[in-house]
Amino acid sequence: MKDVRLQFPILDRLVKDKPLVYLDNAATSQKPLAVIEALSHYYSHYNANIHRGIHTLAEEATAAYEATRYAVQDFIGAASVEEVIFTRGTTEAINLVAYTWGRQNIQAGDEIIISGMEHHSNIVPWQILCAEKSAVLKIIPVSDKGELSVQEYKALLSEKTKLVALVQVSNALGTVNPVKEMIEAAHQVGAKVLIDGAQSAVHLDIDVQQMDCDFFAFSGHKVYGPTGVGVLYGKKELLEAMPVFQGGGEMIKEVSFERTTYNELPYKYEAGTPNIADTIALKAALDFISGIGKEKIRKHEEALLAYATAELSAIPGLEIVGQAKEKVSLVSFNIKGIHPQDIGILLDNLGIAVRTGHHCTQPLMKRFGIPGTVRASFALYNQQEEIDVLVAGLHKTIKMLS
Amino acid sequence: MSEKSILQTEQEIIEDFSLFDNWEDKYEYIIDLGKKLPLLEDEYKLEENKIKGCQSTVWLVASSTEGRLFFKADSDAVIVKGLISMLIQVLSGHRPEEIIAAKLDFIREIGMFAHLAQTRSNGLLAMIKQMKNYAIAYQALNSAQGKQD
Repeated sequence: MKDVRLQFPILDRLVKDKPLVYLDNAATSQKPLAVIEALSHYYSHYNANIHRGIHTLAEEATAAYEATRYAVQDFIGAASVEEVIFTRGTTEAINLVAYTWGRQNIQAGDEIIISGMEHHSNIVPWQILCAEKSAVLKIIPVSDKGELSVQEYKALLSEKTKLVALVQVSNALGTVNPVKEMIEAAHQVGAKVLIDGAQSAVHLDIDVQQMDCDFFAFSGHKVYGPTGVGVLYGKKELLEAMPVFQGGGEMIKEVSFERTTYNELPYKYEAGTPNIADTIALKAALDFISGIGKEKIRKHEEALLAYATAELSAIPGLEIVGQAKEKVSLVSFNIKGIHPQDIGILLDNLGIAVRTGHHCTQPLMKRFGIPGTVRASFALYNQQEEIDVLVAGLHKTIKMLS
Repeated sequence: MSEKSILQTEQEIIEDFSLFDNWEDKYEYIIDLGKKLPLLEDEYKLEENKIKGCQSTVWLVASSTEGRLFFKADSDAVIVKGLISMLIQVLSGHRPEEIIAAKLDFIREIGMFAHLAQTRSNGLLAMIKQMKNYAIAYQALNSAQGKQD
């Protein structure tokens, strides 16, 4: 796995005259050369608007754009390519469902269930919808270890439940939720399930058919791809029945002032000129992952997680927040008597990039009674030596602050 | 009452910082300032005095004596508290119009918390704004009282 670092030019840079130690991968991952080159190649060789042009450049661009759709289908195991909708990212994908399926299907008194460890992106769209429809938002509680109780979840389910919107992997704790079992339980009461895959897509094998989720959302930039492109997967029958999201070009079949008919899937949900370059480059990212293999990546990341957990736990006063049995390669922690922000500022001066704060999960932080955490999240290019640098940096930080 | 002008205090801080030749010393100095800043009494730690940053919280209280404005503040993060301490050192005890006019170039000159002042990750930028807002409010109040007299 050491050679893989060569694929990421940014990892060579210095920060404050020190070699960059990038441990903020859960926020965004760095990009391999293949992705950077795909972007540059598109703009230098075949930049054109897609789908409508009849010239060579437009044909090449359209083919490359649609090739990403097939790559995504393969990446998440979708039954058909029309089930893959391109969005700006996970947030837009969730909002799309809330504004279309949600507006059509949620009535007064209906219940939407989310968990206590959701990112704000998977809370706020449902709050807006519930307020508009006089529906009720129910929350699955989080245990001290940072796990969801499936039993308590099942007790919340009823015939009133119309939707369960659930994060597969917590961005703040690293917890992997037992989504398959939870989806099955939701389906038994006739509810639909949306899975927020922003953190899971890069680490876990995703098979939406086997999982049997109704919707699945993830972002390109967290899977070594560019920012500004993401995916909404939806079961075909649902996507076909849902009303349109945004109106404009691309999503129409025929427009007259009296009546407009809409394009078929997936274009129905892709109004306007899409983010062509980034979507094309997303394929390079997915190819990069499959070229190495998720199994191999996971092995490497699991070793990093185990090492980091052991090394960090040995620091006096350090408490790991989120000690779920099943976790991805992410450690959230606090050090007694020290504000996470102070740690983050000092680590930055050592060239170490971590995330500090509430990680856009304020209700979860409140649940643990903390203002935030320091979060170190690892990717396939991180090395054990970098964890040693982090640990040494933390010792220095603690000394300076106390 | 402050004997020095805002600009003079800023200049002193800039000179102090020019003596440090590594980041550790600069930060240790700021951390020390943060620790020395008197704690704000709990009675002032009210929601209305809170300036919420994305990560850390700042409480700011203003009072006026003889046409001069005095600030007290606190934060749950010590580096921010040290930065606050410098802002108070520079601005507290001056007339509202002086505070409104202050450019606070020292923030950029000492070259370490320029980025802190710009991001929403802390309440610092909001705090500077709030200090100026207090000055504007007290200036209006003073001139209204002046007219009444």
